[in-house]
Parts: sequence; structure tokens; C-alpha cells
Amino acid sequence: MSSNNNMSLKLKVWRQENENSKGQMVDYSLEDVSPDSSFLEMIDQLNEELVEKGDEPVAFDHDCREGICGMCSMMINGQAHGPESETTTCQLHMRKFKDGDTIAIEPWRAKAFPVHKDLMVDRSSFDAIIQAGGYVSVNTGNAQDANSILVPKTDADLAMDAAACIGCGACVASCKNASAMLFVSAKVSQLALLPQGKVEAEQRVLNMVDKMDELGFGNCTNEAECEASCPKAISISNIARLNREFLSAAVKSRH
Amino acid sequence: MSIKKLDGKVPAGPIKEKWDQYKFDMKLVNPANKRKFNIIVLGTGLAGASASATLAELGYNVKAFCIQDSARRAHSIAAQGGVNAAKSYPNDGDSVWRLFYDTVKGGDYRAREANVYRLAQVSNNIIDQCAAQGVPFAREYGGTLSNRSFGGAQVSRTFYARGQTGQQLLLGAYSAMMKEEAKGKITTVTRSEMVELVLVNGKARGVITRDIITGKFEKHSADAVLLCTGGYGNVYFLSTNAMTSNSSAAWKCYKKGAYFANPCYTQIHPTCIPVHGEGQSKLTLMSESLRNDGRVWVPKKKGDERKPADIPEDERDYYLESKYPSFGNLVPRDVASRNAKLVVDEKRGVGATGVAVYLDFRDAIKRDGKDTIKAKYGNLFDMYNRITDADPYSEPMMIYPAVHYTMGGIWVDYNLQTSVPGLFALGEANFSDHGANRLGASALMQGLADGYFVVPYTLGNYLVTEKPEQEKVTVDNKEFDDALKTAEAHFDKLMAVGGKRSVDSFHKALGLLMWEYVGMGRNEAGLKKGIEEIKKLKAEFWKDVKVTGTKEGINVELEKANRVADFLELGELMARDALERVESCGGHFREESQTDENEAKRDDENFCHVAAWEYAGENSDPIRNIEELSFENVALTQRSYK
Repeated sequence: MSSNNNMSLKLKVWRQENENSKGQMVDYSLEDVSPDSSFLEMIDQLNEELVEKGDEPVAFDHDCREGICGMCSMMINGQAHGPESETTTCQLHMRKFKDGDTIAIEPWRAKAFPVHKDLMVDRSSFDAIIQAGGYVSVNTGNAQDANSILVPKTDADLAMDAAACIGCGACVASCKNASAMLFVSAKVSQLALLPQGKVEAEQRVLNMVDKMDELGFGNCTNEAECEASCPKAISISNIARLNREFLSAAVKSRH
Repeated sequence: MSIKKLDGKVPAGPIKEKWDQYKFDMKLVNPANKRKFNIIVLGTGLAGASASATLAELGYNVKAFCIQDSARRAHSIAAQGGVNAAKSYPNDGDSVWRLFYDTVKGGDYRAREANVYRLAQVSNNIIDQCAAQGVPFAREYGGTLSNRSFGGAQVSRTFYARGQTGQQLLLGAYSAMMKEEAKGKITTVTRSEMVELVLVNGKARGVITRDIITGKFEKHSADAVLLCTGGYGNVYFLSTNAMTSNSSAAWKCYKKGAYFANPCYTQIHPTCIPVHGEGQSKLTLMSESLRNDGRVWVPKKKGDERKPADIPEDERDYYLESKYPSFGNLVPRDVASRNAKLVVDEKRGVGATGVAVYLDFRDAIKRDGKDTIKAKYGNLFDMYNRITDADPYSEPMMIYPAVHYTMGGIWVDYNLQTSVPGLFALGEANFSDHGANRLGASALMQGLADGYFVVPYTLGNYLVTEKPEQEKVTVDNKEFDDALKTAEAHFDKLMAVGGKRSVDSFHKALGLLMWEYVGMGRNEAGLKKGIEEIKKLKAEFWKDVKVTGTKEGINVELEKANRVADFLELGELMARDALERVESCGGHFREESQTDENEAKRDDENFCHVAAWEYAGENSDPIRNIEELSFENVALTQRSYK
């Protein structure tokens, strides 16, 4: 709120015209940044200055700015969503940085996430993975009374922990193999833990893992970088659950 | 041109039987014929996603459009608190009738009774459907679903998934969409924005979209178009809406003949994190569910600068509890917001800016223990801490009202059809169910009711009755080329202004005008001044806006310019509507019309109607049409929460 705590920053921002062009880091300096600003409000400030000068603003994905839509996606000093744990870029505040800091800002980098422009990437492969089985095959209609499906509270809580995934892709961006295992396992776990999802559990895990491989995501080698970078604290125990589900489904596979 | 009296097409019969009888009376599309119809759905929030999935399951070919990079990210995802239903699982006296009654009363008797009753009726199906999809609702130890209470109700009827209910319901609807996408029944077009509605012989037959990545304009034809693009709260620049939430698709429909109903009904949510400074880009809501355990207060003394912990009990004013003993901190949103403004206007506001009130959990933590409070609200407390750097477990939260939801929207009849045949509006984009004020946990209910359980029936009836498919329309029709040219010319015009001021600076200026003149308290002089100022700002925009970049490829400034151009026009219509409605009701508070106790005072004699504005061209004033509201089942009374 007061201007005397405001900061000066040096920014190194990845600029890339489109998917086919070559990008590069470009230096900017930014004055008078309020520590109460969010990281994205700091980028807004940079963009307002660029527009003022007639330059093109930095393109970046963002929408709800409440940490839930999963649009925002920046590598900040080499860390997905920046230095604060369990926090999306939009919920990261400038008070976590110091006056005079240099901040490098890059897009998610993964084969399955091509860059559209600057910091915007294409994450449609995540939709394709959900299409492969991330649902319960129930049509709208006269579903049975909700209380006729009893779910033990501990299972419901674990399912909710997994379902909290916002699909931002930080797990992929942080993984040296660009694996999507944490994302896939979160959905597989949620539905495997609930009675509603049990019927299709075997096909689901096989199909979703197949699709993930097909789309160019890498393998999991247990580095746990995904968990460390996840803004929603999705646990890698979900990956263990996916592996159990996968193994048991593969053994029982009727194909 | 004369004022029209609109017909809401409410079926005859007792209110409890209307929907069931009407469902039977409506014509059905033969299962084999459904695949011959193409439906366009604009927006993939709860309304759009649930409609897309359900229509595809029935056999229709659905093309769904969203502005984000995935249908899963629509702003319904940010709804925190919950979804209402009349299940009465807690055995506390709830019923369909009570939910209906509470919603009509909460909306200050400005909603259409029959729509609200239907909403209450299908609310239970929503919970069943979502549970069947695997939505991880909160559960009791016995495995049954948990409920909590919410503002404006004295029963616990709200179902929730921690503080992320909107996310979980949307992911449920999105997963149903993806299931149909895998079968080829839905095509989702992402990163795409509707820029024109296409009419052929007076019927909605398609849209022109602009691809955000390539900048290309595209033509899409269909047998019907569903507008599910949410509300228009971002007129105020600062709101709890997402950054890309906008009114442009609705506005293009308005300009093509869809009436815009009650634009002045906006909801200012009482529990948001206060503004931190000039660079603020949006406001963050703290779920209303916090009012279950948090106590709202300010110091009794003006300009009291002591820390909250240093202010003794007898010097605190728990103003909601003392003024409204039976509802206390759980009064409806409009009442809570207005009272916050009153104490701040009296210079009893708190925090560095003095524009905030306390929401205090001290007593709840003492009563239930920190762990219980953490289990209920942990994620909200964390969010508050992250944004403000303060710890709500040890000091009270500071909150202040912010623009949150718009009850007004495109006028629809009982079928959810707009005044343009073949154009339907669902969810927040329509005006129908919340009257002048929406109760908490009712937005999710309405979006899903419209998409899962209403439009799948009424759309079928339209298709069979009007037979749009008999008139062959493709994107090669001249009307599509004309609409595409209009859209392209509009974007060219924005690029061509070549002024000096950024798009955001205009948006912020508009937001300040709206907050000042069309905000929580409105009066005749202010509204007249507001209209003049908005007109001036609009003229200035078209002389001096600066859009960098080019028309091709990604150009965020150009996208924003298109939206702000429409916000400027809509802002004026909101002010006009507020000026014409010389009464207070729900979220629309005319300072001239209040009771001795500062409550909204309705004028049922003259204003018990919907105002549905009709576009009359660039240089004419819009026409204020009317739909009379009749209340046969709930008696019109002065709302009281005392």
C-alpha cells in the first residue's frame, strides 16, 4: 500500500513470436513494484509499460487469479509457479521477492506442450488424456439417490485430495522426463477410490496411461519433482496407487 | 416503437404440477432424428458443460466453444461454497417448497415464480447426478453426504466439496463432456471467442468466432445456439470474475434482437479481500460459508486505530447480530454488503484504508478448536494468508464487499429461449431465477439445472415445433458472410483508432464510474451523471484507444479492446435501467427508496415487473419492454431477516 516499500526488479522474459519461431530471453527493468501485488499484477505492470511504449505486451495465460482455474503457468527462476510451495503463479505475491532481484520467467517446457507465444503453451494433450477415460460413464438422467452410494469418509477425503488437481501442468514442466504421471494418477486415484468409478477402473487406467505415452509425455523415474512443484499438493502416493491399479489391470487384461 | 408486454410462456396449472405436466406436453425428437441436429454451445461453465454433455448423450451433435485453453477452466470453477438442494438430509424441515420460497424471498420478489419452483424441484436430481459422476462431496463418518448452512436460509441444504465445490462440479460436467468428445458427439473449440450471432430468417442459425491463437474469423452453422457465457460483473473492472469473463457474446446477441433483462441487478458480495492498491487486477472472494462461524464486527468508536485484539468486547459492534437477531451473520448478501458500506461510511471501517470490516473466528476457534475450524475452512484461510500476509487463526480477517454476480442477463421465457427464436440462454447469462438478489450456493444449482435438466427438454420441443432443419442453412449462406464482414470490420476499426491510451486504462476508468454511480447505493442525480460520464468515456475510447500488435496471431490487447467497447455500452444500459427502476429491491438499492431502517423498499405498485431492454440501433435510445410478474404462491411482503 505504501510506496516506500516498493521494489525495483530486473526481469528476463522468454519472448517467442509463435510456435514455429525461435524464442529468446529479453531483459526488462521494472520500477515501483508494490510488494502487495501478485506476480501476475507485476506482469500487468510490465505490459502496461510496454503498451505505453508501443511494444507488444508479453503473452501469458491467466484467468481466475484465485489459484483454481489452472491457466497460469510460468517457470519462475527455474521453478514451476515460483518459489512458494503449494502456490500458483497468480497467488504468488511480490513480497516473496527482494528489491533489486533478477527474475527469469519462462514458459512450461515439454514436448507435449508446444509454445503458442511467449509464455503461453498448448496443453490440449491434457484434455486428450481425460477423454481416454477420466470419467464415470453415466449419462444425465435419473441417477439413484445420492445417499444410496455410501462412501467411507476417509476414501472421500483421499478422493478429494486427488480431485483437487487443477490441470496446470506444473508437474510435467518440473519433471526432467516431462512425465504426466502425477496428473494422470490424480484422476485415476480419485475415481478408483470411489465406488462410482470402480466399474471401469481397469479400462480407465490402461487407456489413460496408453494415451499419455502416445502424446509424448515421458516416463516416471521417481524424482518427485512433480509433487514438490504441485500448487495443490497432490501427493505422489497417487502415482503408487496408479501403478498398483495399472499392474492389477494389466494382469487381469482380457485382451 | 411501443413498449411490449412480454409473455414468459409459463404453462398453466398449479405451480407444483407445471413442470411435470409441461414435460409431458412438450414434443419429443425421435432418437434417430436427434443426430440430424447440430447445436452450438457458447461457453463451458456449469451451464454450458452440463448442456453440452447432456445434449450429446441424447444424440445431438454439439459444438462447444470456450475462451480458455480447456473447457475445464471456465469461471464456474472458482465457486467455493456449495450447491443448494432440497434433499432435507439433515431432517431440519427443508422441502422443495421451502427452497422455492427462500429463493423467491431472497430475490426480493423480482423473479418468475414458475422458474424458481422448477429450479427447486430439479435441485435434488443435480446432487444425485453429480454424486453418480464421482464428484467427491464432503461426507459424514457413516458415508452419507454432509450439509452446511448458507446465507439467507435457516436450514442446512448446501452440499459442498471442501471450499472447491464449483471446481468439482465443473470437473464432473467437463468429464461428461470429454466422455462424449471421445465418442465424437462433441467438438470443443478452445481459445475461441464468439464475435457475431448469425440470424437466417429471424432464427439463430450460427455464430462467427475469432480464433485467439491465429486471429482468424470462422463461420459455424447450427439448428440452435445456446448462450452460456456467464455474467457481466467485469463491467466494474474490479470484481471476483476471472480476467476473461466478459459480456461480449451476450451483447452481440442483444444487438441482434435478444432483450437484455434487469441489467441493474448486480450482486455485491459481502466477504471479499479488500483492495490493496492501484495495481489491483481483480478481487478475491472469501466464501460466504465463512459467515457460519465468523462474526462480523467493527469498533463502536469512529476512527479507532487500536489493533483488533486490543479492542475490548463492549467496544465492538457486532452490527449484523444486533440488527438481525434471527439471521445474524447469515443475512443475505445484499443486506450484509449494504451494512458494511454503512459502517464504513460512518468512518468505523478498519485496516490501513479504513475500507474494510472484521470477520472474526476467535470465538469459533475457542468453541470448536483450531483443528475443527481448519478442517472446515483451511484452504480459505491459507488463501487469505497468501494474499494478505496475515494469519486469520490469530487475528480477524478483513473483508469488504465486491462485485460478484449479475442477476440480470438475457431475457428468456420458461423454455429458456430468448426473444430470438432458436437462441437460448442458460446459467448466469440469463436473468430468470434469482430476481434482484441471488442467495449463496444457488448459482451452481441454476447453471446445472438449466443445462442438465431444463434445456434438454425445451430445446427438443423447439426443434420439433419450429423445424429449423427444413430450411437448409450452411456457412455458405450469405448471412454468414455478412456477419463475418461485420465482425472483421469491428476489429479493424479497433485497430485503426491508433490513439494513446491503453485498453486497461479505459476499463479501469469505466470501473470507477460504475462503482461510484451504479454501485452499492444509487440515486437519480448520480445515475444521470454516470450516464453522461460513460458516454464521454465511450467517445474518448473510440478517439484515443491504443491497440498494439496486429490483427493476425495472438493479440491480447485487441481481444480486450473488443470486450471493453461492449462493456462501455452495457455500463450505460445498466445505469439507464437503474435510473428507470425507481424502487429498491435486492442488489439494486435506490437511496431514495428505503425504509427507516435502511432496508430496500420495493414499489410493487409500479415495479413488480421485469424490464427487458430492446436494442433500437446505434443512434436511438433502447426500448424498455416489460414482463409483468405475478405472485400466486408467495405473498409479497417487505423482506425481513430480523
